[in-house]
Amino acid sequence: MSQDNLPGVAKSVAPQTFLGAGDSLAMDAWHRLRQNKAAMGSLIILVVLAIVCLIGPLLLPWGLADVDWENFMSPPSFESTHYLGTDANGRDLLVRTLYGGQISLSVALVATAVSLVIGVLYGAIAGYFGGRIDSLMMRFVDIMFSLPFMFMVILLMVVFGRNILLIYAAIGAVEWLDMARIVRGQVLALKRREFVEAAQALGVKDSKIVTRHLIPNAIGPVIVYVTLTVPKVILLESFLSFLGLGVQEPLTSWGVLISEGREMMESAPWLLITPSVFLAVTLFCLNFLGDGLRDALDPKTR
Amino acid sequence: MLHRLSSGLSSRARSLRGPITGALLLGLLPFASVQAATIHIANGAEPGTLDPQKASGDWETRITRELFEPLLGYDAQGELIPGLAARWEVSDDGKTYRFHLREAQWSDGREITAADAVFALRRLLAPQTAAYNANLYYPIEGAEAVNRGEATPDTLGVEALDERTLEIRLTQPTAYFLQAMAMTESAPLPEHYIDQALDQPGARWVTPGELVVSGAFQLTAWTPQSEIRLEKNPGYYAADQVKLDTAVLYPLDDAQAALNRFRTAEIDISYLGVPSSQIGWARENLAHELRINPILGEYYYVLNQREGSKLADKRVREALNLAVRREVITDTILGMGQIPSYWYLPRAMSGDAGGTMGFMREPLEQRLERAHTLLAEAGYGPGEPLELEIAYNTLEDHRKVAVAIAAMWRAIGVETRLTNRETAVHFATLRQGDFQVGRYGAIATVDDPFDLLSSFVTGASGNYSGYANPAYDQLVARSTAELDPARRAELLTEAQQLLLDDYAMVPLYDYVSTKLVSDRVQGWQSNPLDVHPLRYMSITE
Amino acid sequence: MLTYILKRFGQAIPTLLIVITVSFFLMRLAPGGPFDGERQLPPEIEANLMAAYHLDEPLWSQYLRYMGGLLQGDFGPSFKYKDFSVTDLIMQGFPVSLELGAWAIVLALAIGLPLGIIAALKRNSTVDYVVMGIALGGIAVPNFVIAPIMALVFGVMLAWLPAGGWNGGAWANMVLPVIALSIQQIAAIARLTRASMIEVLGSQYIRTARAKGLSEWEVILHHALRPSLLPVISYLGPAIAGIITGSIVIEQIFGLPGIGRYFVQGALNRDYTLVMGVVVFYGVLIVLLNLIVDLLYSVLDPQIRYDD
Repeated sequence: MSQDNLPGVAKSVAPQTFLGAGDSLAMDAWHRLRQNKAAMGSLIILVVLAIVCLIGPLLLPWGLADVDWENFMSPPSFESTHYLGTDANGRDLLVRTLYGGQISLSVALVATAVSLVIGVLYGAIAGYFGGRIDSLMMRFVDIMFSLPFMFMVILLMVVFGRNILLIYAAIGAVEWLDMARIVRGQVLALKRREFVEAAQALGVKDSKIVTRHLIPNAIGPVIVYVTLTVPKVILLESFLSFLGLGVQEPLTSWGVLISEGREMMESAPWLLITPSVFLAVTLFCLNFLGDGLRDALDPKTR
Repeated sequence: MLHRLSSGLSSRARSLRGPITGALLLGLLPFASVQAATIHIANGAEPGTLDPQKASGDWETRITRELFEPLLGYDAQGELIPGLAARWEVSDDGKTYRFHLREAQWSDGREITAADAVFALRRLLAPQTAAYNANLYYPIEGAEAVNRGEATPDTLGVEALDERTLEIRLTQPTAYFLQAMAMTESAPLPEHYIDQALDQPGARWVTPGELVVSGAFQLTAWTPQSEIRLEKNPGYYAADQVKLDTAVLYPLDDAQAALNRFRTAEIDISYLGVPSSQIGWARENLAHELRINPILGEYYYVLNQREGSKLADKRVREALNLAVRREVITDTILGMGQIPSYWYLPRAMSGDAGGTMGFMREPLEQRLERAHTLLAEAGYGPGEPLELEIAYNTLEDHRKVAVAIAAMWRAIGVETRLTNRETAVHFATLRQGDFQVGRYGAIATVDDPFDLLSSFVTGASGNYSGYANPAYDQLVARSTAELDPARRAELLTEAQQLLLDDYAMVPLYDYVSTKLVSDRVQGWQSNPLDVHPLRYMSITE
Repeated sequence: MLTYILKRFGQAIPTLLIVITVSFFLMRLAPGGPFDGERQLPPEIEANLMAAYHLDEPLWSQYLRYMGGLLQGDFGPSFKYKDFSVTDLIMQGFPVSLELGAWAIVLALAIGLPLGIIAALKRNSTVDYVVMGIALGGIAVPNFVIAPIMALVFGVMLAWLPAGGWNGGAWANMVLPVIALSIQQIAAIARLTRASMIEVLGSQYIRTARAKGLSEWEVILHHALRPSLLPVISYLGPAIAGIITGSIVIEQIFGLPGIGRYFVQGALNRDYTLVMGVVVFYGVLIVLLNLIVDLLYSVLDPQIRYDD
């Protein structure tokens, strides 16, 4: 079957929006996005959050693995300079949450990038060449879709042990399928358009047509989809951490912190609340931003 | 603040809850008799099997012990008492045991005979059974050969002299042998019921409602991952002493979930205890229902000291031992009442083995100073720090301990990397010797030092550390065959001290068991073997 | 239609074959074996165990043995749960996961659809923002955070409902897990419905319908609703599979005897046959769900015909 199964992505996003005077249309979208207060607010919060996660640990008196032998599981306090308290090993929660944010955000970005690269190339090639290549390639995507993919990720983690590169790759490897379908759909529609035919007539190489003409013009829905993939990946990483398949000590991630905090929900609630709030705010903002982008890029909302 | 609030709420909730559950239960289980004494137990995990010879975890033997009575049993304090054997004699050379079975019946009314005991022991050692603890019975004549498939089971040195007399011949005196005969592995089995065809892998003879048993309870229902139901066995020889009618065991493996259900009085006994993170809370709020007692287990770090390893250097091993602040781990990080250990054999174990690491009472600064010196002598210093990897299996408490030890070792300039693997992989890694420092927890299967000491015998299958000391091997062999308790205690002490003087491992603490036992339950007693037969318990509604 | 269904099944066979083969060898690649554990087994005893389960044979022969068993509908014995066959375990666990998942989907639709429609009709009003804010909250807080909090608050502190357990599927035991499982789906469905409703309401033929003077309710019920359900339907296929597999966490937190836990425990214990059994079972289930979704789609969307 060929109609796309994708939640959240309006399949009728018209490709022609991005043709021709691309720059001004991008400016147009940017203008519309800037008028969306929720989306802009989210974007600002996300940028601030990322900067805080990157720079914050440098400004705090405690390191990632530093143990304060005087303060084990102590509640937030200014006197002890543990502004958000310490964990069961006497380590500063704020520092760990910020480092955890680095991991969670980097997993999200890298895994999404992996899925983006695979998905876009795969979808574009299938869509552009069409015919038997297309049906073979899409057959493969269908097969991948019927894998119980959550199970596959768990299996991959079990087989190859846990390291952060693998988490990137494993999540990226299962998330590219939707991306491939979207891009293929876009390219199928685009390739019948005059400018592609013109390029073909001029003898431009296939690889160049795909990379220079098709992919850039299919990018709108892809951007929207990316903003939807990032939160999915963050959640997936937390889920793996919850099952005990997360990153190695002393590294941590929001998912790891949450699953540790869950056990101490009653005796040390700050250990659950802090990482949960960071995670929830991030997911909230990413979703608002995604909605905003979709509205901005969708011509029908004008 | 939150937890104070919650405890206030929960105590009120408790008083409200009774009638609500009652009403729910009545509505949902119309057949449940209201008068029946039923106990609800959070049992720890889903049993892999209830075949008493294949079971090995305590969540399994807790059930098989109710179903199949061994020749010897345990009372509520964990002391050995007669079981299906009313009495027994041991020959002077300690190599022949004669057990006299009491008059008792299987739950289908047949007599329990010495032939059933012979059948069980032969099956236990048959290679097809693949019993986990078969090696405990290797002292029986011919047992090892049978288990290796080199001899047929009928060559085993066990014999039914008559209907009710069983003779077992050993190759050498064995101090722990009566303990082995109290394990459910060796319990007589109903030969007439266990059909050949049912005894294949994948086939199952442990059928709820049909299983023929000798113990105080019968298996009436088993829904995997949900519940196991035991009902009193009216044909049990001491049935008149059994006060409970039904026991429902839930295979919960999440301590927090079990704690929640204990607090709502859905569960009377939780063998999962309390998550270590909640222990402070539990001490305050569940003080008299929280039962903590030392058990026969030792938590330690295995040091891979094979040729070529950095840890082959005894000075390094000593330095690592000196730098570990055991009391911080037991009191601050775990806080469960674990006993910081400067020895290897848990102090709760019988056999009176002594021995301690010499620095136990030294002040910390002095220890750290010596650790620095030792490392320097071994060639490590600020320019060239000792780098080590600590491997542990995935579990919250193991993680906390490893993180703390890494920090303690950092204080003497050791740089550590933490590697956390799933249980199966972790132990495979230890077995392959592909590690430097590895977390290990040894729980004794019988209350005897033999079990734990043999893990450091040269080339033994459980010897992950590669420790090899002929003097030690000899001491262990001699202590196992020594039947005089005083002389044996000396040998055991000597063996353990040798191990400690060599810093063969980093002992951390003696395990404790943490349980939640409701005030409604009577007759439950703490004991180091951690056996709690249901036949001694009763419950008030 | 019938030929289409048959064709889809035909296509499913190689898919399943690949799924089975990949997971079979993947599982065997994993370090550690089914009998590696806290307690070291003496080599003789481990050899006995390996032989009892044919694990001492070469891998290809184990593979053939497994495939042969599958053809006869035999998933083999579980290594970990020795008193049960894998079929027993799946047949016992699946109804639990299915019941949980089904109720969660019903709840998600019952709440998510109306919320989405209301938000779409009141687009950019306070109502819209509030509804969508709540929906986003459902997406932003993972269920492994919500579930333990719910168990603590409603199960332990207030004691309104059991804090866990299955109790033969009693409704009281299901309330908390079903809610925990559906929160994210409510959010997702509400967002999807809103988006597609807005799109449909803006389309030409709705304007025509309005121009004909039909009442707003008639327009929505007779013209807008059906097409705007399409994305929701196509979302449901993967979502149902996701809910049933994603209930792993919920099953663990509430101590429920579902199938998801078998998979995780099986994978961690290297219980090869159990893992394979669950994977095969889910492979078939997903194929079926996708097919049902496609058929539903064709019923709702008259433009699609499956003649080929």
